[in-house]
Amino acid sequence: MTPALEIQLIAVFISMACALPGAFLVLRRMSMMSDSITHTILLGIVLAFLLTHDLQSPLLIVGAALIGVVTVWLTEMLEKTRLVTEDSAIGIVFSLLFSIAIILITRYTGSVHLDTDSVLLGELAFAPFNRMVVAGIDIGAKAMYISGVLLMINIILIAVFFKELKVCTFDPMLAAVLGFSPALVHYALMSLVSLTAVGAFEAVGSVLVVAFMIAPPVTAYLLTDDLKKMLILSSAFGALNGILGYQAAVALDVSIAGSMAVMTGLLFLAVFTFAPKRGLISLLLKKKKQQSEFAENTLLMHICSHEPHKQISENALHTIAARLRWDKKKLTHTICLLQKSGKLTMVNGIPAATAKGKDCCKIFVESLGTL
Amino acid sequence: MDFLVPLLGDYTFRTVALGAALLGIVSGVLGSFAVLRQQSLLGDGISHAALPGVVTAFLLTGSKNTEILLLGALISGLAAAYLMITIVRHSRIKFDSALALVMSVFFGLGLALLTWAQKTPNANQAGLKRFIYGQASTLLERDIVMMAACGAVLLLLVALLWKEFKIFSFDPDFAQSIGFDTTKLNLLLSFLIVVAIIIGLQTVGVVLMSAMLIAPGVAARQWSNQLWLMVMLSAVFGALSGVLGAVISSAIPSMPTGPVIVVCISVIATISLLFAPGRGILHKIYRQLKARSLLQVEGRDIS
Repeated sequence: MTPALEIQLIAVFISMACALPGAFLVLRRMSMMSDSITHTILLGIVLAFLLTHDLQSPLLIVGAALIGVVTVWLTEMLEKTRLVTEDSAIGIVFSLLFSIAIILITRYTGSVHLDTDSVLLGELAFAPFNRMVVAGIDIGAKAMYISGVLLMINIILIAVFFKELKVCTFDPMLAAVLGFSPALVHYALMSLVSLTAVGAFEAVGSVLVVAFMIAPPVTAYLLTDDLKKMLILSSAFGALNGILGYQAAVALDVSIAGSMAVMTGLLFLAVFTFAPKRGLISLLLKKKKQQSEFAENTLLMHICSHEPHKQISENALHTIAARLRWDKKKLTHTICLLQKSGKLTMVNGIPAATAKGKDCCKIFVESLGTL
Repeated sequence: MDFLVPLLGDYTFRTVALGAALLGIVSGVLGSFAVLRQQSLLGDGISHAALPGVVTAFLLTGSKNTEILLLGALISGLAAAYLMITIVRHSRIKFDSALALVMSVFFGLGLALLTWAQKTPNANQAGLKRFIYGQASTLLERDIVMMAACGAVLLLLVALLWKEFKIFSFDPDFAQSIGFDTTKLNLLLSFLIVVAIIIGLQTVGVVLMSAMLIAPGVAARQWSNQLWLMVMLSAVFGALSGVLGAVISSAIPSMPTGPVIVVCISVIATISLLFAPGRGILHKIYRQLKARSLLQVEGRDIS
């Protein structure tokens, strides 16, 4: 297997593994918790390293995952005192833990290769150098297996506990009534997030883990209302970002992780602008359509309400413009539209509603009444 | 206290301590508003989003002048803030997701640009990373002058618009109803907060800037229900932790200044949360115990 292929596989595995739990973070409005956890795992790694003095020890991963959960717990404890708001609690806890980690690194681990650079920024390009050797045979990059296992864990856990996660995310009250423990599910999910962050940060750096956890689900959120579809779309977007990001990084010769993060942003921007139902363009079009519909109905209402009383002068064009405070352009445009749909005719230069127009007006008035 | 005497004569220490104190005052004052408006994490987002601006400013001008780099940071920070607001306004995405998204993507862009800059023949690029971690020891006298000037303008603006900011922070609807332009106030206040964040980047760096914004405000909030007192206390706490951090990191070898400042301000915040009269956790527990014993005594009287 070539290094390029290996890197892309790692990128795809990691992006997908991050996107899955990330979807729940987005739905639970806990996106910033991922930022917090990805920073504090550094403390876990440092503490575990100071205990074991071995950078390869699996205890490092355990320590990091544990600190992730501790971060969530501390933040919630602080929030529960109701002396600070949720956002302040997140900000205080993670920056304190992160500061302690940096101080410990500078003071006690100066001589070993454990620097903030590799934790914060990460470098995917070096991943293939670290080989997995089983019984003397080189079977590929170590990170490939780690990220693959991480993805499997995420898929299996989310598939098995899909029902629990779904209920607890959308209706924690109902979940409690049904006998699930929302708190248990919450901490289980946070452990999963923490574990995923630990597995991913080595390759892409802790800040960019946030991009992979949040951006694909947010993008998917604009396209669907179905949780299952959202999860599938998120991981598909994640995989796409991994491959496109790698190709862009090679073409421009820049950091792979950075380029992947930019790709997640570009993909989001594209969906945000062009999404069929919730995209910026379709929203603006919809708004415009609503505006012109409302203008049509307003004009019809004005005309219909004055017609029965023979107040023809009220329906003269300049009077309408004055009464509705419209400019001439808007008035002629609206009349044009109404004539096209056969709701309005011009009688001696004065607009008059047709039978169809009167029906429309009646429906509109009734709809206003129900508001 | 003996170790303080030689320190005071030391140029680096004086610059760092002064810079940290200035930063503490400015971020303390503006952070109070960020905390009250529940926008604490904005600091975290903006400071990350400033990175591509720093690198782009360097790539375009080839200069490493702090002023130019910080101007770049300011522009990309503001662009990020604008993007977040646009995303929230035009979609069903919540603020926290928009913040996390924009922040991490901008930071990724900054990293990609940084690796790009490292390839350019201009060897000057080393040192751009000081904005990620912050390096108080690289502060120069002219940086201090710039910080002081920007800080003075910010504080003056806050003082001039005190009434407006106060009403807007506590009751935006009321502010609008009595005729203030809340959109403009929101933009202005966010702008001031962004400037305060950018000023602090060089001292404490991207990651820890959020603590400088939040912790003094949170600590001060526990001691007072009056805005002016809270803002004053917040500035004092900020300055105090800045100076303390500078002293500790000078007195003990290999102690990074930024993180030590953050630990100091966190300790102050923790003490405030525990011991503040009225709101503090210990006072609350004391009240509960008292109420319980009172209930028992009165209960005995009845039986």
